[in-house]
Amino acid sequence: MRSISQALIGFSVMLILAACGAGESNVVQGNRDGILHYGNGAEPQGLDPHVVTGVPENHIIRALFEGLAVKNPITLEPEPGVAERWEFSDEGRVITFFLNPNARWSNGEQVTADDYVWSWDRALHPNTGNLYAYMLYPVANAEAYAKGEITDFSAVGVKALNDTTLQVTLNTPTPYFIQLMDHYSTFAVHPETLLQFGEKTDRFTPWTRVGNIVTNGAFTLEEWSLNRRIIVKKSPLYWDRDRVSLNGVVFYPTENVVSEERMFRVEQLHYTNVVPLDKIPNYRAMPDSPYVQSAYLGTYYYLLNTDRPPVDDVRVRQALALAVDREQLVRTVLEETAFPAYSITPPDTLGYYPPRLFDYDPDRAQVLLSEAGYPNGEGWPGIEIIYNTQEAHRKIAVAIQQMWKKTLNIDVTISNQEWKVYLNSVSQRDFQVARRGWIGDYVDPNNFLDLFITDGGNNNTGFANAKYDDLILYRAPRAASREERYALFTEAETMLMEQMPIVPIYTYTSKHLIHPSVEGIYPNLMDSLNLKYVTLNPDRRLTRATD
Amino acid sequence: MRRFIFYRLLQAIPVILAVITVTFFLVRTAPGGPFDSEKAVLPEVQRALEAQYKLDLPLHEQFFAYLGDLAQGDLGPSFKYPGRSVNEILFSGLPVTAELGFYALCIALVIGVLAGVLASLKPNTPQDYIPMSLAMIGICMPSFLLGPLLVLLFGITLEWLPISGWGDIPGDKILPSITLGSAYAAYIARLSRAGMLEILSQDYIRTARAKGLPEWQVVTRHALRGGLIPVIAFLGPAFAGLLAGSFVVETIFQIPGLGRFYVQAAFNRDYTMILGTTVFLSTLIILFNLASDVIAAWLNPRLRSQYQRGTR
Amino acid sequence: MTESTVFNQAEQGSSLWLDAWLRLRRNKLAVFGGVVLLLLICIALLTPWIAPYSYEAQDLDLGASGPTSAHWLGTDVFGRDLLTQIMYGGRVSLAVGFVATAVALLIGVTWGAVAGYVGGRVDAVMMRLVDILYALPFMIFIVLLMVVFGRNVLLLFLAIGAVEWLTMARIMRSQVQSLRQQEFVEAAVSLGLSPWTIIWRHIVPNALGPIIVYTTLTIPSVMLLEAFLSFLGLGIQPPQTSWGLLISYGAETMEEYPWLLIFPGLTLTLTLFSLNFLGDGLRDALDVRGSKD
Repeated sequence: MRSISQALIGFSVMLILAACGAGESNVVQGNRDGILHYGNGAEPQGLDPHVVTGVPENHIIRALFEGLAVKNPITLEPEPGVAERWEFSDEGRVITFFLNPNARWSNGEQVTADDYVWSWDRALHPNTGNLYAYMLYPVANAEAYAKGEITDFSAVGVKALNDTTLQVTLNTPTPYFIQLMDHYSTFAVHPETLLQFGEKTDRFTPWTRVGNIVTNGAFTLEEWSLNRRIIVKKSPLYWDRDRVSLNGVVFYPTENVVSEERMFRVEQLHYTNVVPLDKIPNYRAMPDSPYVQSAYLGTYYYLLNTDRPPVDDVRVRQALALAVDREQLVRTVLEETAFPAYSITPPDTLGYYPPRLFDYDPDRAQVLLSEAGYPNGEGWPGIEIIYNTQEAHRKIAVAIQQMWKKTLNIDVTISNQEWKVYLNSVSQRDFQVARRGWIGDYVDPNNFLDLFITDGGNNNTGFANAKYDDLILYRAPRAASREERYALFTEAETMLMEQMPIVPIYTYTSKHLIHPSVEGIYPNLMDSLNLKYVTLNPDRRLTRATD
Repeated sequence: MRRFIFYRLLQAIPVILAVITVTFFLVRTAPGGPFDSEKAVLPEVQRALEAQYKLDLPLHEQFFAYLGDLAQGDLGPSFKYPGRSVNEILFSGLPVTAELGFYALCIALVIGVLAGVLASLKPNTPQDYIPMSLAMIGICMPSFLLGPLLVLLFGITLEWLPISGWGDIPGDKILPSITLGSAYAAYIARLSRAGMLEILSQDYIRTARAKGLPEWQVVTRHALRGGLIPVIAFLGPAFAGLLAGSFVVETIFQIPGLGRFYVQAAFNRDYTMILGTTVFLSTLIILFNLASDVIAAWLNPRLRSQYQRGTR
Repeated sequence: MTESTVFNQAEQGSSLWLDAWLRLRRNKLAVFGGVVLLLLICIALLTPWIAPYSYEAQDLDLGASGPTSAHWLGTDVFGRDLLTQIMYGGRVSLAVGFVATAVALLIGVTWGAVAGYVGGRVDAVMMRLVDILYALPFMIFIVLLMVVFGRNVLLLFLAIGAVEWLTMARIMRSQVQSLRQQEFVEAAVSLGLSPWTIIWRHIVPNALGPIIVYTTLTIPSVMLLEAFLSFLGLGIQPPQTSWGLLISYGAETMEEYPWLLIFPGLTLTLTLFSLNFLGDGLRDALDVRGSKD
């Protein structure tokens, strides 16, 4: 009983203390000390570049590590990272990276070409179980090695010619390969550190913990409190340290987007991972708005199962696609935070524009449906949309259900499924219509179009076309010029959208709240933020929305 | 009494074993696996992952291996957070959730019992209606609503209290504790009012009143003991529910507690994590249910004598 | 002698219920609660015929708008009429509230009463079973139910009821344990009445107070549990809705569209208050000892 009363007294004291002023906000304090407070969306699974798969992990890992080449945050073109320059030879099949001799691990050792060979062996090794191993499949023999068909890594096309020269041999010329060097699955890790804690291919050793981890990026790991925060601080050994203005970054696992927005409002965060849809109109209306939106390399679409009636009929699929009023959807439910999509590849993917083959056309949709044998919805067997439980998906599904019902006079039901159940349904193709989104791993139409090759792991629709496969897998990689390559892509995409195994709905945007004091965050297609360019300007204040 | 506790603890062993067995096989039958992700997993990668986590062994072997590790206190590695063991995650989240639950329960008990007793003393008067209506509102008010309301009022409009974190900024523990505690306060108020009304109509209370004891002594010395039995019976499960229910509060206030792991483990199909949290929680539930039975027995003289005779 | 006593007991029993009914009618709040509940149930039953709009009909360009003469309680983000939504939501919420609670009540009271009355080994085994069920991971349990049996609203009700009975059983058991020692039960035992008769005729009526209170507490908690499950994708499917779901959507946008929270919230609060008044009235009316005053 005594301890209870003590706790109560303690609690009251806390309350009184707190009422005497909540103190300085994170933003004010951070601006003074050069610390960025960053809403990161979720607790990262881990920090091992060859083990993790998610976006929150990406943000932290790219602060701690650096790839051979990085993306320029404005143009997205590759610029020097660990490699100060690279050369192509043999018509683009061989790339030679020249490593910066000043590139250092955080323990002071030099980052060498051998570290890369060792790390890529680890990233590809069948025992590692790296979900992103396929990022390195353009490298000669890499795929065979990852599948265990060959066991000798020296057969894989990566060689250290000396400490600072790395030679990579590709299967075919791969125009986007340099871009992949900014993806964490291709990063180098420090071999001795890993071996100190276990085998090369172990997934769960404590080598990534504070005090153990050795990194080569602009920041080093300072604190990692599970589900609370991750703190990184500026690395004194980073080769480009003079350009780094921040003294540190605090990453918060802001899982609840509504809470995240409130944290931003009371200046506990400089930067939010997302913005709740309903808050956007208010933020837009603010003078000097902290709301930043930009096109994002991703498409939101519905998968149609081409083996399940009634969507096994191409006319039904076309009717469904034509009956969606994307303009209205974007204007109302989506609050102008997306762009209507009429194809799988987002427009302006490195200069590529997908063909636009159709429009919202209710009359034509009705005609197609009656040609398929369901005039005015008569005899319609019913159809079900599945999606994984999330507010945003629910909104889209409810609106589209209504559009289909209204335009085509057909029965449509919705079913939301718990995440893993949904994944199971999609991969087993146990659905008629399923919600799906694809975010590009790199800026190239290939990343979207190779989804639909026959039996592709992410095809999920049953779409199979030998000519399409030929275009994507053989002809496009061998195209002589960018124009020719894009023409081949257009041809393939036209075939795809004529068969309509998917109903494209919208192109994503990235949405953030960014405190006015933060400078050097450039909106771009990859939502890619390089923290080394970010600076804090304490003079700029937030106009409070509530006042 | 000691015998009673001993036997109950002895009974706990098969209970926990049963919980582990059922959970172990239950989670394996749920669709989807720990490594499923939005992007298709290549078959060779899937095989490697299963080998690393020994999921390629026959199920019964996995089960006995798990029991063996468990006997040594090892709950295994987490599937969702490679590099972290379930033990580590539990022990990082437990102090936070326990502290949150403790504050919440204190708030709930003090407010709930006080309101319930006050109401029971003068039934069907404003002294009854007002606290009971508040309790009713407390029950209608789920924490996903109360939390944001408190945040908007005290955190954003008045700027008195921090709205997220746990132990980062002074005062950040207040709003979550109140949010989590208030629903329980409402329950306790209702239960203690009912229990008290029951007892206050009993003969021995009338005797006590007839003896001319002051009302507050009648209440504290005689009535409270019996009147709070339903509350005590409720407390055991309530504490367990508190831990599981703290998920919502922990999410709203960004608290690094156990509740988030407990719920998310199920969604992630993080087998070892589900089992770990379940084993842990079932132990707690058994202990708290035992404690609430012991206290109920202690409060009820008739039962107490029975336990002391050792008839069960 | 034994026979006549039983006969008398039965007769007393029927007049007890009549007395209770008369006393209940005198309690104005309880009558109010009862009338409101009845009204809500009637509205829920008649909704398909009296709702002002179709519950699916959208007006995307209208979007979320406050109360107007066309939409008395305003519209949601899809431009759907909120009044209609609340009316349809009531069907689900009231059904889940009553069905799941009835399931919980039936299992919980029987289980707890038997365990508490019989005692000994039986009690130990029964209560340890309760412990096991308490400890199982609830989410996985629901996911499995949904996958194995498909999505079925009735199943959802049963699943919720099957979880909620545990606490009911514990409360009932502790009540029975203390009642069992009382003189009137011992008297009944010595008269040679069967345990079943004693439990149902003597113990359960005397434990009604806490049972009714806990029941009135269970109804709102199952309504909210349904909302939580639906929110996680384990409950009812959109565009179907329930009060709990309307409130949880409303809570997310309470700053922008307060009416989406206020009206469903008020409806739920009104229902719970009515239930409560009725419950308290019932408890007082059935209180045998109180009637002696």
